[in-house]
Amino acid sequence: MSKDQIVNKDDLVIRFAGDSGDGMQLSGTLFSDASALTGNDIATFPDYPAEIRAPHNTVAGVSGYQVHVGSHIYSSGDKCDILVAMNPASFKSQLKWAKKGATVIVDMDTFTDEAIEKAGYKENPFNDELERAYTIVRAPITSFTARIGAEQGVDKKTTEKCRNMFALGMIFFLTHKTLDKTFAYLERKFAKKPDVVKLNKAVLTEGYEYADKLELIHSKIVEVAHADMPKGRYRNITGNVATAWGLLAASERSGRRLFLGSYPITPATDVMVELAKHKSLGARVFQAEDEIAGICSAIGASYAGALACTSTSGPGLSLKSEALGLAVMVELPLVVVDVQRGGPSTGLPTKTEQSDLAQALYGRNGEAPLIVVAASSSANCFYWAYTAAKLALEHMTPVILLTDGYLGNGSQLFRIPKVSDLPEITPRLAKPNDPNYRPFRRDPETFAREWALPGMEGLRHRVGGLEKCPDGPLSTDPENHALMVYNRQEKVNRVANYIPDQEVTGNPDADLLVVGWGGTSGALTLAVEEMNKEGKKVAYTHFNYICPLPKNTGDILRKYKKIVVCELNNGQFAGYLRTQFPECPMTQYNKIMGLPFEVGELKAEFNRLIG
Amino acid sequence: MSERHFVPKSDVEYTKADFTSDQMVKWCPGCGDHAILSSLLNTFPKTHTKKENICMVSGIGCSSRIPYYVDTYGFHSIHGRACAIATGVKLANPALSVWVNMGDGDSMAIGGNHLIHAIRRNQDLNITIFNNEIYGLTKGQYSPTTKFGQVTKTSPYGTIDYPFNPGELVMGAQGTFFARTLDCVPQLTTDVMTRAAQHDGASVVEVLQNCMIFNDKTHAAITDRAVRDDRTIVLEHGKPMLYGKDKNKGLRFNGRELESVVIGENGITIDDIMVHDETIEDTGIHMMLAHMGGDLPVALGVIRNVKKTSYTQLYEDQMDEQMANGKYKCVDDLLNSGDTWEV
Repeated sequence: MSKDQIVNKDDLVIRFAGDSGDGMQLSGTLFSDASALTGNDIATFPDYPAEIRAPHNTVAGVSGYQVHVGSHIYSSGDKCDILVAMNPASFKSQLKWAKKGATVIVDMDTFTDEAIEKAGYKENPFNDELERAYTIVRAPITSFTARIGAEQGVDKKTTEKCRNMFALGMIFFLTHKTLDKTFAYLERKFAKKPDVVKLNKAVLTEGYEYADKLELIHSKIVEVAHADMPKGRYRNITGNVATAWGLLAASERSGRRLFLGSYPITPATDVMVELAKHKSLGARVFQAEDEIAGICSAIGASYAGALACTSTSGPGLSLKSEALGLAVMVELPLVVVDVQRGGPSTGLPTKTEQSDLAQALYGRNGEAPLIVVAASSSANCFYWAYTAAKLALEHMTPVILLTDGYLGNGSQLFRIPKVSDLPEITPRLAKPNDPNYRPFRRDPETFAREWALPGMEGLRHRVGGLEKCPDGPLSTDPENHALMVYNRQEKVNRVANYIPDQEVTGNPDADLLVVGWGGTSGALTLAVEEMNKEGKKVAYTHFNYICPLPKNTGDILRKYKKIVVCELNNGQFAGYLRTQFPECPMTQYNKIMGLPFEVGELKAEFNRLIG
Repeated sequence: MSERHFVPKSDVEYTKADFTSDQMVKWCPGCGDHAILSSLLNTFPKTHTKKENICMVSGIGCSSRIPYYVDTYGFHSIHGRACAIATGVKLANPALSVWVNMGDGDSMAIGGNHLIHAIRRNQDLNITIFNNEIYGLTKGQYSPTTKFGQVTKTSPYGTIDYPFNPGELVMGAQGTFFARTLDCVPQLTTDVMTRAAQHDGASVVEVLQNCMIFNDKTHAAITDRAVRDDRTIVLEHGKPMLYGKDKNKGLRFNGRELESVVIGENGITIDDIMVHDETIEDTGIHMMLAHMGGDLPVALGVIRNVKKTSYTQLYEDQMDEQMANGKYKCVDDLLNSGDTWEV
């Protein structure tokens, strides 16, 4: 290819789609890793079905993985510039995610009459209209891969698994990238299977060369701009791994052993899977018999002095509610990670949503306040997990960290911090043999009680779910109950004294304030940024501290004529803000489709509001 | 694998008084729980465990008030969850001697799942089940151990629930230690609790306890002084299974099931009587012994006590191995592992 054919772009979105077993998640990951290693900023979004292997060639079984690469990436992107569709079903279900004019690579070998019909088409989908709207590349992926497999004497089943490498090779050509990073990965991954390495490399190379020979796409080669990021050491990380690592860092920094009691649940399981690997760092992971045992074991571990955590998703949080109330009552530090998914009930296990907010805030019997914080990017899950642990340990309270399926499974570049540069964590440990120790004696500033651990001399005491008086014994005295309810609430309220002020970005002098929280910040940031560039005035504030809210929240909200609260639910945060700031009129922009916001839809709404 | 002990021994000789708390005991007068508490307080000094290292965990119900009456660390938790909470306590600090106290409803109805998994894992927990065959604190509803057909507030026409036998449940979950005792025989209770504490792994002690308000005399058919010797048998490891006032009755396995025989009748001699072996790994005989009742005496004492590496030890062995030889020494190592690059 000649250099003058290459188009330079700030960003590019690629979507890999195929049958659940076609290896699309791997293709996407390998491409994003290679892009990150060659200097692009990235964000990824796996969009996969709940079924492990739904019926072959059906729309139900389509698994997608979107990668957004470029110089400065906030989100996984709206629609894609390149779509890879490994069979008719993925072509049918995923074409709606392709931009008009996108390059669409299909495995033409899979478009048999039977597969076309199984995908739900009445006839062959390709027609002139479609050909005009997209650049459709019909690549003989299956047959070329099979030929290489046969040449190398590899069995059919193993060969079929390599089809994704052919498509990936084509994408590397189209993005003007070399294959060496992926070669290195294959050599590492299949170190003990040289035959598999050889086959995969050959198929990858074949895909690359096949694309090189296609005149049709030579005008489509894109060189994506390199990332424009602060100096530092970087890596690629998913939100769930970042969460796990944030907890590990907090454990090391606080000197408390890390305990995770958890039960597998999509999309939160990877937090446990990751921590289970790190016994060498002292992580004590316990796979419990159910969600309730997950949190109860964590409460027990917290009583015994660990930085105790449990990870779950919506329905699991429901099961944990009673125990969460106990944690509130006994005033023990506890981190509950809720990787939200579409609800209610089993809902949409593999799709993202922000609909557990109300449950996190209110889902317990009695007056049971606790801290709620939310991560807003895959990478900053690290800092929010760390912060959740710090707040729990210093304020002696359970903390719910809300992430979501989009953040948890998605990945991003992560600037690697030094653990010693992270804020200090000072657990409120009682002093052995302190004659004045009382279980509910409080720090006059934070209202946090002290943590006396079994094994410490001279501090024997009992805790439990029954109301206690400040000295420790049970009490059903009416005034005492009122006092203890007040104290527990005040302790959480006072956390506001220890968190930073809420910030406004975009154009602070705008009439319209966009409000977001948690995992939607990528699309919201980009939408607001683009509108301000286009000369529209939009201000934006994004919440990570949910309960308590930063102290200046009211001051910010009262400044704007129009406020739109954007969230992936029916308005839970908007409702929460209204109860605290009834003087501020707010409109809502909600999406409940199991999908993240798109920049386009947000801009349309903001433009409508500006009028 | 070498056997390890994680709970440090105390050099101080304690007495019962050292473990008695200053809280007023609020059980009904005459409740079997008083005797169980007393037996437990007598047990602690015999375990030679440092007082600060004992942690009592309970659920909800009359029996679950016990942590308040014992001057150790204690956690009175929520209904059914004591085993799960205790599991976390022990995992976070294996140096603690963790005692779980539950009633029959707490442990086998709402908390049944946690109980069977705690037993299956064989984590080093000392579990005591106070079995009065009724929900007492909620005033008299049938529990998972209430006798079939019994009239209670929620079974006005008699229960149609087949009851659990806690011993069978323990065996079914591959339990390694099961003992049964009566609230009215405090010395036996202390003995089996002490044995339970010495057992490395999950131990379950079932105490047949009387609730004189809502289920009075539920165990009377076996516990009344007049019948006790003939209706119960105290099993002792290595000794023939003899019972009765004159110790002339015994148990024999007839090839199909256990039967009660009398020495001297029909040519029966002491050699025909089974000798108790609490250490047989197979649960068969222990299951039969735990099941006894009706025509056969109810088995008391340590029915099963099998050596099997505890979850606690397996866990700590893995931790130690990884801490010593694992890939990462600190979180910075982990953060910088794999593919990273400088910008």
